[in-house]
Amino acid sequence: MLESMAGLYSDYTARTILLGAVSLGIVSGVVGSYAVIRKQSLVGDVMSHAALPGIVLAFIIMGAKEQLPIFIGAALSAVLAVLLINLVTNNSRIKTDSAMGIALSVFFALGLVLLTYVQRMPDANQAGLDKFLFGQAEALVEKDVLIIGLTGFFAILIVGLFWKEFKLLCFDPDFGGTMGFSMKFLDVLITAVIVSAIVIGLQTVGVVLMSSMLIAPAVAARQWTGSMGSMVILAALIATVSGITGVAFSAGFENVPTGPAVIICVSLIAFFSILFSPNGFLTLKFRDAKNMRKIKKNYVLMALYDLGLEHADLGYAHSERLLILGSKKGFNVRKSLLELENAGYVERAGDGNWRLTQSGIREVTDISPMEKVHESTSV
Amino acid sequence: MSPHQFDIQLVAIIVAASCSIPGAFLVLRRMSMMADAISHSILLGIILVFFLVRDLSSPLLIIGAAASGILAISLIEAVNRSRLVKKDASIGIVFPFLFSVAVILLSKYARNVHIDTHSVLLGELAFAPFNRFIISGTDIGPKSAYIMGSIFLLNLLFVSFFYKELKVSTFDESFASSIGFRPRLIHYLLMAVVSVTCVGAFDAVGSILVIALIVIPPCCAYLLTDSLSKMIFLSVVFGITAAVSGFWVANLIDVNIAGSMASLCGLFFLAVFLFAPKRGFLAIIREKRRQKMAFAEASLLVSLYNQEMGKTVKNHPDSREMFQSGDLISKVVGFLKRKGEIAVKGEKIFLTEKGREKARITMENQ
Repeated sequence: MLESMAGLYSDYTARTILLGAVSLGIVSGVVGSYAVIRKQSLVGDVMSHAALPGIVLAFIIMGAKEQLPIFIGAALSAVLAVLLINLVTNNSRIKTDSAMGIALSVFFALGLVLLTYVQRMPDANQAGLDKFLFGQAEALVEKDVLIIGLTGFFAILIVGLFWKEFKLLCFDPDFGGTMGFSMKFLDVLITAVIVSAIVIGLQTVGVVLMSSMLIAPAVAARQWTGSMGSMVILAALIATVSGITGVAFSAGFENVPTGPAVIICVSLIAFFSILFSPNGFLTLKFRDAKNMRKIKKNYVLMALYDLGLEHADLGYAHSERLLILGSKKGFNVRKSLLELENAGYVERAGDGNWRLTQSGIREVTDISPMEKVHESTSV
Repeated sequence: MSPHQFDIQLVAIIVAASCSIPGAFLVLRRMSMMADAISHSILLGIILVFFLVRDLSSPLLIIGAAASGILAISLIEAVNRSRLVKKDASIGIVFPFLFSVAVILLSKYARNVHIDTHSVLLGELAFAPFNRFIISGTDIGPKSAYIMGSIFLLNLLFVSFFYKELKVSTFDESFASSIGFRPRLIHYLLMAVVSVTCVGAFDAVGSILVIALIVIPPCCAYLLTDSLSKMIFLSVVFGITAAVSGFWVANLIDVNIAGSMASLCGLFFLAVFLFAPKRGFLAIIREKRRQKMAFAEASLLVSLYNQEMGKTVKNHPDSREMFQSGDLISKVVGFLKRKGEIAVKGEKIFLTEKGREKARITMENQ
């Protein structure tokens, strides 16, 4: 693995591939953020599948594996699919999800039909087309990377130029419209940018998994930040790192296609972020559990204190049963007591009853009135 | 038709029919893209079970696949329920991951097995007849026809047994749970049925084209009827027709059968979308045009009537704006003249008795 990474840096072809992976990472991270924020994640899925017939048609018409026509063909058929989805959903009772399913599968089917047709052509170089299904970064040559880089550059340039406008489009299109921006134009523009990102990724990641390259980095980045600017940058970073790692894996091990390798990296980062980011699923669960423990401990302390007041002796030892009687069902008083004992706030009297220590008494008086109200209501 | 061709069509028909039945509910529940997620995710289950049992014809594969389909759905729902990720993005990150793991396992450790990345996408309908079901030396037909046939029966039984529950929980989930139907349970049962169907269909048509068979026939039917039972019946009919015609088209131009079946599905949908009697694109356009004309006629009659009565009603949505284009007004005038509701003398237009009556009725109705 390390050797293959080192090999990547020294080797000329490897440098080309790496450059391709980096450009792809940057573009898909940036552009994918918009797809995710606009709830258009699955549109990316549809578009990348729908690019297949365009790729094969371009191949049939041009007769050879030329990069540029294939890009254009892919983009055109992806856009056609989106237009058809809009036509169908606007003019019938077919819902968006069904229209997307139809467009995705039919375009892909047409692509496969054309592909089997091409494979029967006498002098077909079919090996060149197969890799568009799952991606094959090893096959990238300098010229491909140049086109990838240029397309990506323009995509990023458009995002930079229309930064504020795109934000309006994402978060408050009605307001944007009243400010005189044509939301329709921006919508078309951002779709074009997404399409160009998909087209770039086809050769590296493949049509089947390209959508995930857009979605996963953005989802991961979204977990760590609430600002569009940092989300875009972070997503680009995550996508780039996954792109490089995936390419290295695919180059370092035999029979590992690039697309799935990249997607596994980026998905793992996304799942990690969903679980462990500051607002992540498990982080929140841990925080809740911690808070609950503290609330319970405070409750026990206060109960001991109140009972002590009734006995006019704060150090009076009370039975555990008494504490349990005053609490809600399912509340493990013993556990809280043991934790408090460890902290030195309570101690066991000779008869097994519990009493506050000096530091325990000090602790109770430190609990703020706000917390007291909270505790008495929640336990 | 050779016996070989007959067998292929038989399998294709059963696959298409089995997909259409649960598909109708997916479409109505706006969960079409779940078919995408399930059909990709089952591959992982198939491969993991295959590594355990080392037998591609083991029925355990179906169970493993169904389990991974359910796993994918639960993961998507868990991610979505955490409210950290939107629904569409939840779908979009879960199934590509499971699919990627499966593809890597497949291409790395299962090179010489008959499942390879190509058949995952394309299916191998053409090879279906070669795998025969042989009982004590007698050949009783292609194996996949029997497997798919059982899945078809399962789907049929599921839908007829839970028809009421499915119907109510599809159209009104809260009502369903209020009368004790357990819509969540129905939901997961449906997902399990879809997964099992995908496994069966997957062998024949591959993981992506199975979406076509699940989603498109019900969509065609949806544009033709309002009744759920008719919709299911029609989608089975559409599915079977697409399967058979797809086979012959593939035969004719010598291309991949599954691809051709799915493309034919798309073609059928296009036809239905355009020409469906009430909900088709053209019917809707015709209806819009008819309404526009009817409104224009009524406006012209009413404004003529008002002028006759010597009333010039201000701010009345009268003809002036409607008739900005001279084209429309001459059309309307010609039309009304033919109906005998107005008469034209030189440059002027008059109401006939019939037209006056109609204008009066129009005004009363408003």
